[in-house]
This record gives sequence, structure tokens and C-alpha cells, in this order.
Amino acid sequence: MSASATRQRPAAANGVTPEQMETFLHQMMLIRRFEEKAGEMYTKGKIHGFLHLYTGQEACAVGSINVLEERDHIFTHYRDHGHALARGLDPNRVMAELYGKADGVSGGRGGSMHLYDVSKNFHGGYAIVAGHLPLAVGMALATEMRREDAVTMCIFGDGSVAEGEFHESLNLAALWKTPVVFFCENNLYGMGVPLKESLSANIATLAKAYKMPAATINGMDVIEVYREMKKAVAHARKGGGPYFIEAMTYRYRAHSMSDPELYRSKSEIAEYRKRDAIERLKKAMLDSGALDETRYRELEAQVEREVDEAVEFAERSPQPALSTLYDKVYVEAGQ
Amino acid sequence: MTEMRMRDALREALREELIRDDRVFLLGEDIGAYGGSYSVTKGLLEEFGEARVRDTPIAESGIVGVGVGAAMAGMRPMVELMTINFSFLAFDQIVNNAAKLHYMSNGQITIPIVIRMASGGGSQLGATHSHSLEGLYAHFPGLKVVCPSSPADGKGLLKQAFRDDNPVIFIEHTANYGLKGEVPEQEDFLIEFGKASILREGRDVTLIGYSGSVHQAVRAADLLAEQEEIDAEVIDLRTLRPLDMDTVIESVKKTNRAVVVEDDWRFGGFAGEIASQIMEKAFDWLDAPVARVCSKDVPMPYNRNLEFAALPSEEDVVEAVLAML
Repeated sequence: MSASATRQRPAAANGVTPEQMETFLHQMMLIRRFEEKAGEMYTKGKIHGFLHLYTGQEACAVGSINVLEERDHIFTHYRDHGHALARGLDPNRVMAELYGKADGVSGGRGGSMHLYDVSKNFHGGYAIVAGHLPLAVGMALATEMRREDAVTMCIFGDGSVAEGEFHESLNLAALWKTPVVFFCENNLYGMGVPLKESLSANIATLAKAYKMPAATINGMDVIEVYREMKKAVAHARKGGGPYFIEAMTYRYRAHSMSDPELYRSKSEIAEYRKRDAIERLKKAMLDSGALDETRYRELEAQVEREVDEAVEFAERSPQPALSTLYDKVYVEAGQ
Repeated sequence: MTEMRMRDALREALREELIRDDRVFLLGEDIGAYGGSYSVTKGLLEEFGEARVRDTPIAESGIVGVGVGAAMAGMRPMVELMTINFSFLAFDQIVNNAAKLHYMSNGQITIPIVIRMASGGGSQLGATHSHSLEGLYAHFPGLKVVCPSSPADGKGLLKQAFRDDNPVIFIEHTANYGLKGEVPEQEDFLIEFGKASILREGRDVTLIGYSGSVHQAVRAADLLAEQEEIDAEVIDLRTLRPLDMDTVIESVKKTNRAVVVEDDWRFGGFAGEIASQIMEKAFDWLDAPVARVCSKDVPMPYNRNLEFAALPSEEDVVEAVLAML
């Protein structure tokens, strides 16, 4: 996007245009509202199983995924709605998947933790902690072998760092110089256990030990995430091998809908809410003149419509036919 | 036809597939310069280079996961794990990712990967290198499980594994690597999955085996013929998923008796699945309960005498047959 915009607004610092900032704001607001609505629908008994909401972490998904090109690949963890929406998956079909309906992105076979849209190189949410890290390295190895100029982004939480697959993957990626960006969303808790009680190391230092560049950034500042991700993707794309980003963030809601949150205080949550990524960007845009209250209210109304439409779509979508139960266990010959 | 050993037949299959399809590449511990712990990949590094014959760190979960990720990208990787016991370090990747992603993604993702591993006892390698656990992988929908008993089957089934769009667990019995046999020479010698082979025709009893246990069954059939004038039919299942029960049931309807022979443990093992299906599909034809001859219910001991006592033998098979007549 060029800085000479149709609307004459001052270019923001850090090389992000007002149009891009508005895109970021819109996406973050969409994710926030989508998640609030999903929580509401879960409480109403429309959504079942585990539901992990992304509220609070929006800047991580939006700031990073917007750097990627269409040909790039994404693997992520089970708190995956925000990443799916930032990648441009249809909110209607994402909501339908949470409902378990036939029009869901995974046909109702995956659920909240397993969203896929291979047409957008969105290869899924993974619900075994760190189990998808080797897959991302394999995808990157394959694109590198075929000289496809693609970068693979692998998103995971701080809870992954204690898993063996984390270390195996970083080692393999560095050893073979595969074009992977490891993106750690450090929200300070692995379910209910604080990171300081589960890891005796510093995350970015571990990454540096595998001889890859690593940066710890403010994951509640979408502009900072975007700028660091640009560096990371450029590094991986030009053949520099893997790059590691640790984005410090915070989830506002419980680990899942069934979590009573006995492990953290309300005051801690309130403290992080003061650093809210949406408020931060909104304020910066208002201050710089990139946004006014009228436009902000338009965005709010737009997001409300999009989420309402997603719910209506999910409600209307049919249940998967029972006759399809055995479909797609195997790829049938001749397909 | 050419006579070759199992390990050479498997190598031929890998070589031909590497030449035929540039999406094929190999990953594994010591498969390159070392030539593979059972010499299956010997010489392939020199012929195809280190990008396609890739030595890996000792990181089973990582390398199987890398293979699965590359398969998602449309490559045709093969991962070699030294033994089936090591595959447990990669269990998450095999059962949670390889077996399930096609289904969970509603068919968007396919995982055309071949994961090879060695199984079987009899070489005094102790309890962490000697078990036969083919049936364990056959438990999971989404996987195919292949376990050849002869060099020809090894070649034809391994080549077929690379043509399959599903994850294939290809399990080789260590005692079979040096086994010699006639192997067809034609370029595209393939053996379809889910087709058992009848190694010996007989009227009196059906002996069912796969991988290493096929050989105990054949030797037992010879003993039964020589010593007891009992005419045993021997079936090699060749693949456990898909499973060719039609051939087994047809045979049992003829012989009215069946013994399942396997190196796996009896308790909760695959022989129980076969016995159960025979009961469900041919109950009225049975003249005796289906017998199972399996490993004893212990971790494999190192001591030679104890190890042989733990493994099923042809004498055990003969005894089981005589008990049901």
C-alpha cells in the first residue's frame, strides 16, 4: 500500500500508513467482537466442547499475519480464531465451525481448536501443545526444496517451550536453515500455571542458543508486532533461516470456558486491560488524525454487522449428514 | 526374477521411487553416510545427494513431524526410524497428526508419508529393541499398516506405499532383512494393499500370520505335514490395514479351524482382532475355538534361552493345532 492515500491523512511513524492502521483496527475489533459473541453463544449452548478465546491478544495475530503474502503458510495453536480471521478466513464459516455445522471451515469435523483453510495456506489450529512445530519446519523444508520463496509462520504459546518438540523443531529449523518464523505468544500462563513456575529459562535466550535471531517485543502494540514481523519475514525470505519472535501479551478471558481462574487476580487482569491493544491503536490514530470518532463508530457498527451475520450464517447452516461419518478417514484411490 | 535379500529389495524399491518421482525424499537417523542401521539405504546418499537422502539428528518426533509437514506441502517423504520402539517418541506425530489431519480438515489436508521401522525379536537386543507392535498402529483409523514377510512383497508393497496418498506405517521384521527370495524385475512391480497371500494351500487348518510370524507358520505347516499328516493352509496377511478378512474367512470355511500366529503379545493384541472377526463371520463353520500363538506376556529378556522361550515357535503352533483336532 502506498503512503499517498486517497484520504489526505498524515503518514504515521514507523512506516505504517493510515490505511494499514485502519485495517489493523478493524481486524482487531472484529476479532474482539467475534470472540465476545462466541463466548455468549457458548453460554447459550450453541457451541460445545472446549472454547479458547483470544480476547486481549489481538495485536499478535493482526500485526504479524498482515505481513505475510498469500503464498506464505501458517500453522497455529488451539486458540486460533484470531489467526484465522486475520488471515482472511470467512467469519461466517469460522463461526459455523464453532457451531459444528456443515458449512464450517472444517465441515464440523474440527471444531474451535482445529480450523483449516488450505486455500489460504492456513494449515490449522493444533491442540497438542507444540505438536505443530515440526510440521511448520517440514512445510518450510518442502517449500525451500522446491525454491518457492515462501515463508512459514508458526504460532504457539509460552506453554510450548517446555515441550521436547519445541527444542527439536528449533534445532532442525536452524540446522537446515528453513524459512520459518517462530512466533511465541507469551501470555504468561500455560493454562493456569504461571510461566515462572514452569520454565527455568528465558524464552528468547533459548531461541538464540539455537543460533537464530530472536526478539522479545510488546505483543499488545500492533505496530511494534508488525515492524518486528517485517524484519523476521524478510530475514527468512532472503535465505537467512529461522527467526524467533516472543510477543508479550495477555489473555483477558479464562483459559477456556470451563476455567474458574483461581490462579490469577482480578486486579492483574484489570492492569493488563489498561494496556489494551485496540485502545492503544485507537488513541494513536485519533491523536495523529488518522481516525475520528465518526469513523470509529462506523467501524464498530460494521464489526457488529459482520459478527451478527456470522451467527446467522452458523444458525442457518445444516448439520453435517450422518451419512458422511466415514468420509475422509482415508484418501480414496483415484481422488 | 532375481534372487535378492529383503534389505536389497527394499533398497531397490526406494531407489526406483526416488528416480520415478522427484517429490520423494528420505529422512532418518544414519540413513546417509552410515547406510541405515540395517543397511537398507546404503549407497542412496551417493546416488541422490544429501537434499534427498537426509541424515537427521536423533529426534524422532521432530523428524516424523517434519515429514508430515513436508507431506502436507505435497512432497512424498519417507522417514526411517531405527526400531518400532523408537517410534513411540514420535507417537504424537503419527497418531495425532498423520492419522487424523485428513479427517479433521474435512479432506483439505493429505499426508502421503511412508514411515519405515524395524520390529521383532530373536537377536538378543533386549526389551527396548525387540518387540513386534504392528497391531498397535493398526488400531488407528487413518493409518495404513504394511508388514511384508518376503523380499518380493517388501519391494512391491514399499513401492505401493509411495503411491498411496495416506500415511503408511511400513514395518520390517529384523529377522527378515537377510532373507533371500525371488523378486520380479519389472519396473512397476506393485502389490495392492489389502490382499493377503496364500503361501500354502491346505484342507485341515488355517494358519494366519504376517511379517516374521509367517515363517513360524510355514515351518509349522511343514512339521504338521511330515509328522502328523495334517494339511495346513498358511495365509500371510501382508497388510493389517486394510485387512483382507475375505481370504481368511474363505479359508476358514474350508478348513473349519484357525490359528493366528504373531510375535506381538497376546493380551490386547491383533490376533484377538482376527479371532474375533472369524467368530463374527464364520462361527457356524468353526469346529474349535480360534487359537492364538503369540509372545509371552513379558518384556523381551536379553538372555538367549529366555528370549526364545518368550517368542512363539513352530512347535507352539504345532501344539496349538494338535490341541484343536
